[in-house]
Amino acid sequence: MMVLFSVFLLTLLVITAIAIIRTTDLFVAVMLTGIFSLLMASVFFILDAADVALTEAAVGAGISTVLFLGALALTGHNERSLRPGRWLAVPVVVAAALIVYATFDNPRLGDPEAPVHQHVAPWYLEQTPELIDIPNVVTAILGSFRGYDTLGEVFVVLTAAIGVMMLLGTRHGSAASPVRPASASNGLRHHLIPRVLGRLLIPFIVLFGLYVQFHGEYGPGGGFQAGALVAAAIILYALLEGEGPALTVVPLSTIAAMMAGGALLYVLVGLAGIVLGGNFLDYSVLLSNPVSGQHLGILLIELGVGVTVCGCLLSIFHAFAARDIH
Amino acid sequence: MEWLGLYNYWVFAIVLMLGIYTVIAKGNLIKKLLGLSIFQSAVFLLYITMDKVDGGTAPIIEAGVSNQVFSNPLPQVLILTAIVVGISTMALGLAIVVRIKEAYGSIEEHEIQAKDEYR
Repeated sequence: MMVLFSVFLLTLLVITAIAIIRTTDLFVAVMLTGIFSLLMASVFFILDAADVALTEAAVGAGISTVLFLGALALTGHNERSLRPGRWLAVPVVVAAALIVYATFDNPRLGDPEAPVHQHVAPWYLEQTPELIDIPNVVTAILGSFRGYDTLGEVFVVLTAAIGVMMLLGTRHGSAASPVRPASASNGLRHHLIPRVLGRLLIPFIVLFGLYVQFHGEYGPGGGFQAGALVAAAIILYALLEGEGPALTVVPLSTIAAMMAGGALLYVLVGLAGIVLGGNFLDYSVLLSNPVSGQHLGILLIELGVGVTVCGCLLSIFHAFAARDIH
Repeated sequence: MEWLGLYNYWVFAIVLMLGIYTVIAKGNLIKKLLGLSIFQSAVFLLYITMDKVDGGTAPIIEAGVSNQVFSNPLPQVLILTAIVVGISTMALGLAIVVRIKEAYGSIEEHEIQAKDEYR
């Protein structure tokens, strides 16, 4: 039954992808991308990746759609293609056929003997209860075993957000002018139903974000998902009430402090390990009991990740929203 | 029904190539970025497909229950962070597109090239 459902979802995924490519209205294409992400999140969930499904749903279907719409507002939503380039489909189809041919040597879905399950993964599953003692192995690997990777990824997110700020400028810059079109600054204030429903939803999205943040060691969740969820709630508020009220709730200075502060917290936890006589990002030395030290370390770095991701996504959103239509 | 075990990989191959096709064949820069995001999603699908173990469950250890089979947590960790990094880099790409629109007045590849040649 699950297999049939999975096949159904995957087939829908292909159909949606084709629809995205065929439509010439970019607005339609972006909305279809939201559906594509939601289908992808469902597939991830069926494949036992609850954490990844949560992230894809919050980031792919939520924030990514808003960012694309923000860019469309500045660039226009009609695709005018004089050069169809249909002949390029030939090498693409050949390449797809080659990859499909290659898959016949792949291990079948769910094969426990597949090479990917033989290397370090069993070690992580066996050692997590003993060394870290938190139920969610994904969080244990993300925060502790592979903490270096996660630190690097947090800085990639931070760097990308800084890049967007430099390209589009912040409100402090000269690009922003006080005269803005009424429709953009007032959001959806004159639409009753989205406004009432949105206002009802926002507190619960923030609450769920906090739950995902601090319960991430026990269930699916963690800093990346929580940061995206809280950012989505504030972006929803900005869409409903206009940008001004949203910036009153979370000012740009706070957002900048969040971006830098979260990444800084992560690095400081790593340095605390060195100061206390361990290695960089070794949480075992943080407290007298190594396992409690791991708990504290993971809690702190997940908080750092959540704050940075939330700040970066908000700053990217505001950079697009504050840009004037030229 | 042996082939059902490969269906995920086939969808990966098709979606991957649909993404590539959009990037190389379409002239609109936003459409190219949408294609890139489809391409990226296909890679995510490949990794998450590899993590599945028959009869397994999400890798969250339940206290007091033994003999549980877990799916592989490692690909999940890799993709979890890749999704968030992906949206950040996509935002950077969109920001560049917005600046191109302001500089050239268009986001169509052929119009931008025509303007460059005219200069």
